[in-house]
Amino acid sequence: MTNAHSNWIAFKTIIIKEVLRFSRIWIQTILPPVITMGLYFVIFGGLIGARIGEMDGIRYMDFIIPGLIMMAVITNAYANVVSSFYSSKFQRHLEEMLVSPVPNYLIILGFMGGGICRGLAVGVAVTLVSLFFSPLSIHNPAVALSVVVLTAALFSLAGLINGVFARSFDDISIIPTFILTPLTYLGGVFYSISLLPEFWQGVSMFNPILYMVNAFRYGFLGVTDFSLWLSYGIIIGFILALYGIALYLLNKGIGIRQ
Amino acid sequence: MPKALCIRQLTKTYKNGLEALKGIDLDVEPGDFFALLGPNGAGKSTTISIIASLVNKSGGSVSIFGHDLDRDLYAAKRCLGLVPQEFNFNTFEPVQEILVNQAGYYGIPRKEAWKRAEKYLVELGLWEKRKDMARMLSGGMKRRLMIARALVHEPRLLILDEPTAGVDIEIRRSMWQFLKDINQQGCTIILTTHYLEEAETLCRNIAIIDHGRIIENTTMKGLLSQLNTETFVLDLTRPLVHLPDLTGHRLRWVDELTLEADVDRDVSLNRLFVDLNREGIQVRSMRNKTNRLEQLFMHMVDRGRAK
Repeated sequence: MTNAHSNWIAFKTIIIKEVLRFSRIWIQTILPPVITMGLYFVIFGGLIGARIGEMDGIRYMDFIIPGLIMMAVITNAYANVVSSFYSSKFQRHLEEMLVSPVPNYLIILGFMGGGICRGLAVGVAVTLVSLFFSPLSIHNPAVALSVVVLTAALFSLAGLINGVFARSFDDISIIPTFILTPLTYLGGVFYSISLLPEFWQGVSMFNPILYMVNAFRYGFLGVTDFSLWLSYGIIIGFILALYGIALYLLNKGIGIRQ
Repeated sequence: MPKALCIRQLTKTYKNGLEALKGIDLDVEPGDFFALLGPNGAGKSTTISIIASLVNKSGGSVSIFGHDLDRDLYAAKRCLGLVPQEFNFNTFEPVQEILVNQAGYYGIPRKEAWKRAEKYLVELGLWEKRKDMARMLSGGMKRRLMIARALVHEPRLLILDEPTAGVDIEIRRSMWQFLKDINQQGCTIILTTHYLEEAETLCRNIAIIDHGRIIENTTMKGLLSQLNTETFVLDLTRPLVHLPDLTGHRLRWVDELTLEADVDRDVSLNRLFVDLNREGIQVRSMRNKTNRLEQLFMHMVDRGRAK
């Protein structure tokens, strides 16, 4: 058996293991974001949105749907990997992989794949719920799909790095609570940045989630505040940087080997 | 043929300054059943963790069947199966899935992995539990699950770090038989245990490690032959009033129905019994006070510390 074939089987194994893990506990992993986003659709899209009218010339409900889908994808891709990786460290079953001939880059890609799968599963579920509030129209499916997969990959890698450094269960909730959630809420999910004063528009430009939400919204609605290529460049740049950091950490054994 | 395990000048100093290994050399021949013994904190688990790539070494070299960990890590890993001291499987995963996933990490296709998982779960008496979550297993079953998991990729070298800790004697003996069988089939085994009877029963060669150094490395027979005196406990048929004075024997009073006798290697037990008989003392049964290896082990560790 060639190394490539062997590695391919190992990669698939990690993905299957991860998918089975979050599927087995779907009440904790898939259902809550669907209910939360359903409530956002009802309250922000339906009740408040009806009074807001339009955002950038688009019905408010239609405007927030892509952002809310993306918000669910981001938080779930991150949560999946950080909790799975930290639990496997805490219960020490990460050692199953560490003693085996699975290269570190495959461990990273495997966990990332698991995070993407959970992000997409939640994204599809939230999209289905959104159909109760607005008919599905996708302006550019290739952009929508590529942006959502790349974004899930990015936050899966971020979750993995958080999992590497985490030493307690508190450590895996600090970043989602104090960094990820504020950045997502301020990332143009509920509003167009053109509504902000010039200073805050400038500040918002440093929020990478803004570019992801906008690119995804372009895929759905065909409108964006930024160039699509700038968004892709930022997303891919972050992915490469985070992957490099994760690989360095695993190669050095930081947080996983003494 | 390359050695199953070859360790040269292995050192490990942890970040807190603890020097766990101070340059150990160790060879294990293919097909051997090898005991690595030592008191708690001696460096056994550190050595095993370095061999299994779970701990980074500070210096020296390790090779498994000729594959150096620094130059040929993945080939070395393919040769190795590890049963660690502490449970380290996902307790929220079904038993059979744990084995199938482990096989997958070694590149074994899923269809073949299910078959191998079945084989080892049957052999280790866990087949009925295959669909149960691992957390539902008893302590003995969890130990056997870890052995099955370590074997699913059919390694050439199996390292067991206290595999029978906390396991009842019946299961322990069935595990011994299982390990003997796989050793006879060609799998090299390295065993650490605190049950010295286990090491004496199973292993052909032995190394004793203490304070990060190998203080003895020999055959089990050679080691046991160093034992000059054995202490026997004699259970008597009738109560004794006083300790008999038998010239040439060292006897101790334990209670009115029990004596202890230190017997030198060159003294025949027959002579002891003849002399006891002459005093009218009948022995109902006799046993070693301590396991022979245990006696030697304590002696060597004490000697090493005195140095």
